[in-house]
Amino acid sequence: MPDWFRRNTKNIQTYSKRDTKEGMWHSCPSCRAVIYQTVLKDNFFVCHECSFHFRITSDAYINLLIDNNDYQEFSKNIVSSNPLNFTIPKDYSSQIQETINKTNKNSAITTVKGKINNIEVILGVMDFSFIGGSMGSVVGEKISRAIIKAEEENLPLIIITSSGGARMQEGAYSLMQLAKTSSKLARFSEKGGLYIVLLTDPTTGGISASIGMLGDIILAEPNALICFAGPRVIKQTIGQDLPKGFQTSEFLLKKGFIDNIVERKKIKETITSLIKVLKKR
Amino acid sequence: MNDYILDFELPLKKIEEQIDELKKTSYRTGIDVASSIEALEKELLLKKKDIYGTLTRWQKLQLARHPARPYSSDYIRLIVDSWYELHGDRKFSDDSAIICGIGKINSNSVAIIAQEKGRGTKEKLKRNFGMTRPEGYRKALRVMKLAEKFNIPILTLIDTPGAYPGIGAEERGQAEAIARNIFEMSSLKVPIISIVIGEGASGGALAIGVCDKLFCMENTWFSVISPEGCASILFRDPAESKKAADAMKVSSEDLLDMGIADLLIKEPLGGANNNYKDAAKSLKIAFLSALDELSELNSETLIYNRIAKYDKMGHWLDCNE
Repeated sequence: MPDWFRRNTKNIQTYSKRDTKEGMWHSCPSCRAVIYQTVLKDNFFVCHECSFHFRITSDAYINLLIDNNDYQEFSKNIVSSNPLNFTIPKDYSSQIQETINKTNKNSAITTVKGKINNIEVILGVMDFSFIGGSMGSVVGEKISRAIIKAEEENLPLIIITSSGGARMQEGAYSLMQLAKTSSKLARFSEKGGLYIVLLTDPTTGGISASIGMLGDIILAEPNALICFAGPRVIKQTIGQDLPKGFQTSEFLLKKGFIDNIVERKKIKETITSLIKVLKKR
Repeated sequence: MNDYILDFELPLKKIEEQIDELKKTSYRTGIDVASSIEALEKELLLKKKDIYGTLTRWQKLQLARHPARPYSSDYIRLIVDSWYELHGDRKFSDDSAIICGIGKINSNSVAIIAQEKGRGTKEKLKRNFGMTRPEGYRKALRVMKLAEKFNIPILTLIDTPGAYPGIGAEERGQAEAIARNIFEMSSLKVPIISIVIGEGASGGALAIGVCDKLFCMENTWFSVISPEGCASILFRDPAESKKAADAMKVSSEDLLDMGIADLLIKEPLGGANNNYKDAAKSLKIAFLSALDELSELNSETLIYNRIAKYDKMGHWLDCNE
């Protein structure tokens, strides 16, 4: 609404729907139920009507998992350079800066050390809101450092993924991050390290084709899109619509590619009990 | 074989036609045109050096996709002394988009894993245009594990427009197959030498491309996504592919500059499509010299170096430093 159309006297103000304080009400994209912010928050951002899992930030996952939200973040200040000097159609350096300002994050993954039900872990959580959670040099390096830290301190490694894949703006460097992270996981695994991955909506391309599918235990949130090639690409290739429920968590469970589906409110207890069984003394 | 002319090769075609015309005239009339022909052939050579010496990224990519370009099956035929193909992933089926086998090259035992596009409609369909399915990657891993067991070095030839994006491929875990290969290859105990012979598109290429040495034939490309894919996502217009190729720096030379490729293998003038034998010879020499170098290392060093190599890849700013 243009400003000149508004009344600006102190006692009479003009409201429009968009002026509703941001985040007060949410409409469920799945069942259209209108949910009050605090209700949604109390229910871990899961629709109380249809169990639709809203996308949440890395901070929300850390808060959900880490005891008293008490953790130490590491590798926080690694940020993307623009190694290929990628400028079209948008200058990559400014895109990074804008995204940093918008999300208040330095990259598409946050890595922390903290306790889950009193068990010390290394936790990495990706943010889809940071350029589609895409993996370039920074995400690769941060995951790599997290694996090394878990290896050195003999701690379980947990990664929560949400990503459109590798970051195009860093070309072949991004592709090499698949090898960089997966090779570290191989060494970690060889030494007996425990790696649990939780796939959330969406986990596609280069992330599913590397760290996403390499967990000792692979969990997924309900109804998440998990795939290598996205539905649009496949549709273009085969020229027909895809079966209902194709490439969802439920589909992957049925096809044998994940260990289980876990509702958001049960993530913490599930991971805790898995670590308790698998962790070496 | 070389009837396929790319737009930037048209000036060469013109000179060749002139030479043909002169030869025909001379045959008909008996007039001696040797000196004119010689002059034209000189001009042709100069023009060739000029054109092929200054190829743009897009032009190199066109050569990488040239229908007459040597494919894996051609290189294998030209470099091995003995060869036995192995089929199937022992789980689901045999993917013809990838050729696996064992053989000898100059008295060295070697396992070869190679993506094959297929020439001609029938063969292309059989090979699925070089688009590997999960069972192809699993076959590759099976044969690589076999090589590891018998301490045989591995040569992989990369040539794919991408992993196959189809319903069946997704159902059978394309992502898992690629991830598993990358994971396992990073700690295989034998030398792995990978050579990009045409196209190296994304995870579909890397799934057989985690290695100790990565070489690129001169007219090839290798990146995180095809320029067409990048253009349709970032530019919302596949027609901007040339720009995308430049922006992503996809050529073999770029890969060398970025420190991702270790060596660029020169192709015969005009591209490998003009001379399979020479192209294969250069590839074989590069492979054997790398093998010599890597054979000196024990498996621990080999794996340590391999993981360290990938550790260095990428660029970032560490604001704490």
